[in-house]
Amino acid sequence: MQYETVIGLEVHAQLLTGTKMFCGCSTRFGSGPNTQTCPICIGMPGVLPVMNKKAVEYVIRTGIAVDCRISSYSRFARKNYFYPDLPKGYQISQYELPLCEGGFVEIPDSGSTKKIGLTRIHLEEDAGKNIHGGANLSFVDLNRTGVPLMEIVSEPDIRTPKQAMEFMKKIRTILRYINVCDGNMEQGSLRCDANVSVRPVGQREFGTKTEMKNMNSFKFVEKALDYEIKRQIKMLADGGKIVQETRLWNAERGITESMRSKEEAHDYRYFPEPDLAPVEVEASWIEKIKADINELQDVKKARFISQFGLPEHDAELLTSERSVAEWFEQAVSLGGNPKNVSNWMMGDLMRLLNEENIPIQNCPLKPAHLVDLLKLIEDGTINRNQAKSVFVEIYKRGKVIQAAKGKMNLPALKIEVYSEVKVIDIVKEKGLAQISDESEIEAAINDILEKNPGEVERFKAGEAKLMGFFVGQAMKATKGKANPKIVNELLRKKLG
Amino acid sequence: MALHKLTISEASAAIEKGEISPVELANALFDRIDAVEKKIGAYVTITMEHAIGQAKEAGNRVRNGEKGKLLGIPMAIKDNMCTEGIKTTCSSNILGNFIPPYESTVTQELKERGYVLTGKTNLDEFAMGSSTENSAFGYTKNPWDTARVPGGSSGGSAAAVAADECIAAIGSDTGGSIRQPASFCGVVGMKPTYGRVSRYGLVAFASSLDQIGPITKTVEDSAILMNIISGNDPYDSTSAPAAIPDFTSVLGKEIKGLKIGIPKEYFIEGIDAEVGEHVKNAVKQLESLGAVPVDISLPHTGYAVATYYILATSEASSNLARYDGVKYGFRAEGKDLLDTYMKTRAKGFGDEVKRRIILGTYALSSGYYDAYYKKAQQVRTLIKQDFEKAFETVDVIVTPTAPTPAFRAGEKTADPLQMYLSDILTISVNLAGMPAISIPCGFTSGSLPVGLQIVGKHFDEEAVFKTAYAYEQSTDWHKRKPKL
Ligand SMILES: [Zn+2]
Repeated sequence: MQYETVIGLEVHAQLLTGTKMFCGCSTRFGSGPNTQTCPICIGMPGVLPVMNKKAVEYVIRTGIAVDCRISSYSRFARKNYFYPDLPKGYQISQYELPLCEGGFVEIPDSGSTKKIGLTRIHLEEDAGKNIHGGANLSFVDLNRTGVPLMEIVSEPDIRTPKQAMEFMKKIRTILRYINVCDGNMEQGSLRCDANVSVRPVGQREFGTKTEMKNMNSFKFVEKALDYEIKRQIKMLADGGKIVQETRLWNAERGITESMRSKEEAHDYRYFPEPDLAPVEVEASWIEKIKADINELQDVKKARFISQFGLPEHDAELLTSERSVAEWFEQAVSLGGNPKNVSNWMMGDLMRLLNEENIPIQNCPLKPAHLVDLLKLIEDGTINRNQAKSVFVEIYKRGKVIQAAKGKMNLPALKIEVYSEVKVIDIVKEKGLAQISDESEIEAAINDILEKNPGEVERFKAGEAKLMGFFVGQAMKATKGKANPKIVNELLRKKLG
Repeated sequence: MALHKLTISEASAAIEKGEISPVELANALFDRIDAVEKKIGAYVTITMEHAIGQAKEAGNRVRNGEKGKLLGIPMAIKDNMCTEGIKTTCSSNILGNFIPPYESTVTQELKERGYVLTGKTNLDEFAMGSSTENSAFGYTKNPWDTARVPGGSSGGSAAAVAADECIAAIGSDTGGSIRQPASFCGVVGMKPTYGRVSRYGLVAFASSLDQIGPITKTVEDSAILMNIISGNDPYDSTSAPAAIPDFTSVLGKEIKGLKIGIPKEYFIEGIDAEVGEHVKNAVKQLESLGAVPVDISLPHTGYAVATYYILATSEASSNLARYDGVKYGFRAEGKDLLDTYMKTRAKGFGDEVKRRIILGTYALSSGYYDAYYKKAQQVRTLIKQDFEKAFETVDVIVTPTAPTPAFRAGEKTADPLQMYLSDILTISVNLAGMPAISIPCGFTSGSLPVGLQIVGKHFDEEAVFKTAYAYEQSTDWHKRKPKL
């Protein structure tokens, strides 16, 4: 039986605020145990939390960056459970009414892109750390307690471990770009849990899921999910049942291990946090945060210049809009030469988009198309002028496909329409590919030389300009598709 | 002069004129404590040495020409408010050894104005109770009849004021814990509007209901303290940024034409006949001063006790989770983490606290949340709307503070439900967040004080004080003292 994987991720990102979420303690990493604590974050009797507005702002900034709806009214809740690293016996988090809902990110996926929907983004406080020492002793370090933590929950749109890793990478890039999280997975400032299930292809209902924890690098995310999916498929294939449980990735052994079953799961007894007033986010505040994000363009522009060697003019244009910059970076990450990508984007691509007033995220020609096209130019398969006509053709066909996709439910449309356009198909269809096959060109040249013995004699006697005659004949014989460079080389060799 | 009998305004005037020194006053109070504390048991901790130090400091400030209503005034603080360097137990074994490294906002305000802390007063453990019998450190007795309870949970503070073991005290009120003991002890107890006074440093019982307030010998003293402890606190985001009027400025203003609401649901069967009689007389007295009684209805009153015991216990179950033996306070070593948690909490908490933690945990559990917690929140909104609607036509609402005078010690300890009903007339006010005061309005044939409750609109403590002062000044009840 063929199985399909369904993955949803919960990404936890420590926010780059200087102080903790509810007190004035520093959030610096790596200080001595319990040196960054106070009565409030230690959970002493009678103390009260006071919201760090910066933390709320960073979550909203993230929400704007991934196209979320920002809630105008949001509430905090207590998540109750006992653990030594949780000094109050509850974590202040959000349950109903999170700060952000909806939104999406696009990840590269087998030469194209895939949209991963987001369920919500909320703000909560981090817990401390238990350290298990020798002699049967355990220690608690509360430096991390109360550090603001943002939780980004994806929809179950992820289908492969590779996509999960790309999603994490994308989130990391975005969070770093908007300067809300340093993205350091080793130090734990970016972490993720995953809900994983498999189901027979074609089945609509989700299979029983397991929750995966402790995947503290991109590599481990991919490996752990890979292992877990195989484990689940094997279990089902052997006639077994998946148990709903929480599992830990054991990096040393390269396996996932059961941590606790559903029956052992906590009842968190969420209820609205009575010590904090609900957060009201006014439209003017959102606008101000948006403006702050735009300011960050300068940072990106500088990076484009240093990282990709682009002239300032290019960097300026490419970072003018986040989506344009993203399109560019996707193309480069797929192997496109930055300057060539930039030239095409600023020339033909922008001209086409501007003509029809289409935003770049809806561009029918995808970064992967451009990169393929650039490769064909580079290896001489087509020349620049031919490439332009292919470019326009892909753009047009893409539009047809987009339109058809919009009417997907119409039964009359043939299924072929939906398949993505491939650059190489258009090149073949237009008969644009040059003949670089030496034997084919050689056969044609042999034929020409045999039919024109007089000219061969004259050339050998010193009439060098006859070379042009032979090349012309060869191009004529191949209907202009022979690679001129190869024709020249072969003629020189034969006429020696 | 019997210095211990002075009120804040009397004592501060005497200090200002140089008639007495803060040290003299403090010594007089500790003499009084020496004389009667054995009979009353108002205090958990008496801080004499600390107090004499504070009194000397206050004396220096007086000599430097400083003036202030609180300079050198000996006051008692309920032992659920954190005092830096001074044991704060909540009358619980689990905090029996807890010395806070920080000061609550309210006591910080008092400190800066030069008050003298006589000690920390007894309460029902974590403020859960109505008789101050649920204390890990002994019962407090009612100064009017030591066989009876002082009410609760601020029973220690109310008894200390009534027995002149302090000039004034601070209590906290979650469902009546300032007003009901004030009523039982014949003193003045003020619960301000929720958000009026910072809760920072008040050990939480039910965060959305808890409010700190003064317990005093007179309405004037209550207003003086309210001027000091009110205000927005950056350390408490539920404290309101409302303007602080001078509460003493309304004292003595006449109440002609003031509309006083008499809710029919508060004068029902179950109210002690003598209590009912005294409160009716009080209404007549207010009428004779020019106030206009208006019959009103607060139709959801009958649901208040049930609503309160769901919401308060839910919040308490979470607020008390931090007492796990890991960081501070009492720890009973177990064989592993879970065992340590269970032993610590089993031995550290008393029965009533455990009962409420269990109730609240149940009400918040998955599958029950909608039926209990969520429903109770909805009813809370209805109760609040009852008051808001009533206040469209009246300026204050007047009721008995408690259905009975002080009951006998041990009378209700076996029946928690009977005990809970002792707060039936005060609980709604906490659910609605309104300000309310209890002042003496008579004595039973058995010489037990009866309390009159005056409820105001949100942030309209002024109307409450104005009404209370007008009544107080036209009667002698507040001048009576228990014989000890
Ligand atoms: Zn802190």
